[in-house]
Amino acid sequence: MVGEHSSKQYDQELEAIRSKVLLMGGMVETQFDEALEAFRVGNAEQADKVMADDQAVNQLEVQLDDACSHLIVRRQPAANDLRTVMATIKAITDLERIGDEASKIARTAKSLHERGMIGFNHYDIVRTIARNTADMLHDALDAFARLDGRQALQIIARDDEIDFEFRTILRNMITFMMEDPRTISSALDTLWVGKAIERIGDHAKNIAEYVIYVAEGRDIRHSKPALPGSPAVHGES
Amino acid sequence: MNPDTKMTQATATKTKTKTIDISGLDFYYGKTQSLKNVSLDIHDKQVTAFIGPSGCGKSTLLRTLNRMYDLYPGQRAEGSILYRGRNILEPGVDVNMLRAKVGMVFQKPTPFPMSVYDNIAFGVRLYENLSKGEMDERVEWALKKAALWTEVKDKLNKSGLSLSGGQQQRLCIARGVAVKPDVLLLDEPTSALDPISTAKIEELISELKRDYTIAIVTHNMQQAARCSDYTAYMYLGELVEFGETDQLFMNPSKKETQDYITGRFG
Repeated sequence: MVGEHSSKQYDQELEAIRSKVLLMGGMVETQFDEALEAFRVGNAEQADKVMADDQAVNQLEVQLDDACSHLIVRRQPAANDLRTVMATIKAITDLERIGDEASKIARTAKSLHERGMIGFNHYDIVRTIARNTADMLHDALDAFARLDGRQALQIIARDDEIDFEFRTILRNMITFMMEDPRTISSALDTLWVGKAIERIGDHAKNIAEYVIYVAEGRDIRHSKPALPGSPAVHGES
Repeated sequence: MNPDTKMTQATATKTKTKTIDISGLDFYYGKTQSLKNVSLDIHDKQVTAFIGPSGCGKSTLLRTLNRMYDLYPGQRAEGSILYRGRNILEPGVDVNMLRAKVGMVFQKPTPFPMSVYDNIAFGVRLYENLSKGEMDERVEWALKKAALWTEVKDKLNKSGLSLSGGQQQRLCIARGVAVKPDVLLLDEPTSALDPISTAKIEELISELKRDYTIAIVTHNMQQAARCSDYTAYMYLGELVEFGETDQLFMNPSKKETQDYITGRFG
């Protein structure tokens, strides 16, 4: 962690923002876990809770946006402080979207189980992508808390695996639907859940990119960042 | 720091023409050394800002650029300051001509106790012999350059001291501009002014840099960030970091610079 400001008040304001972001991170992580659990066992109450919790996450986003604007107008942050505030404003948008995706999973879980006709083990289909994405989100939040650029680079590389897993789900579901049209609605629901999880992976990747921006001052979005130790390749075609 | 940005920074620095090339500059107030081995370039028609805590040597550095220190015994500079290729620290330099080429505006407005018109004409008469008509034109031109003309055109015969602080400071800038210098040195030009006058001076700086090379010392970091192209951070007589302003304020390469500009200092 960098040294303290001459103004203690400034330190407190930055710290308040930081801990609220981490709180928000913890909330969406829980939302995601509970949404997956609701999808697995079909617990409608749990699904309702995930959707209700989204309100609190949305409120935090609004509060944090406001706190960041106030900090900018009062402190005119520069260098790493400015990058922290800019990254926070972006990261909370991603966190809020993760909350939305978790709600989407919860809503789908509820309707899937209410209809009750599945015909295949829907949770097995998404088990791997769900576990990998949950880990990735956890690590991205961890890297954000510690401003660990190296860890962030490794997280970014993991998004390709998530995308690959989603394509596998897509192929699987197409096979089910072709073999037995009665599975179409459950297969589509499972596919939407897979897509929501894949999107959460994208948001986790974004958060990891902001960590690198704060820690090193490099904006690596829309480029192919090199893992530590290998040469960078810029400009995605 | 990203090697890419470092490289662009270096290239950008290289392609611009240098007006002043300072190298290995040491400065002494008697036995006290207040500049230590300072080397940097001041680029043509660009604004270079000097920031740093009080006593870091930024005003001293500015004062060496037109040998203002010559007025005080016991002060001396070593090293070299090439102005358009010539070392101005060498003995045979005509200090008066140097100061006509490298003008200076101080922290407190220093109008002479004479009319607005004469405040401007005074300096011009030292170097040039102009007819009444030519002088009128020059005064108007300088006051327009300093964005003061419309405010004082009806009171050219009033005392310079009757103007407001912001107007007085712009009058001093007009006085500096009137002798058609090459470089303008501004030593905390807005620290005694209200925000509106400050904004006018900053606006003026961005106008003036089309024609002049400007070096400004400021305690106001936002001001440095707003109006300069290059920024030098100094501490205890040493140049800690020098680079493009945007880069220095977004992602400084030295931790000391970062601590200072983010308010983690002392």
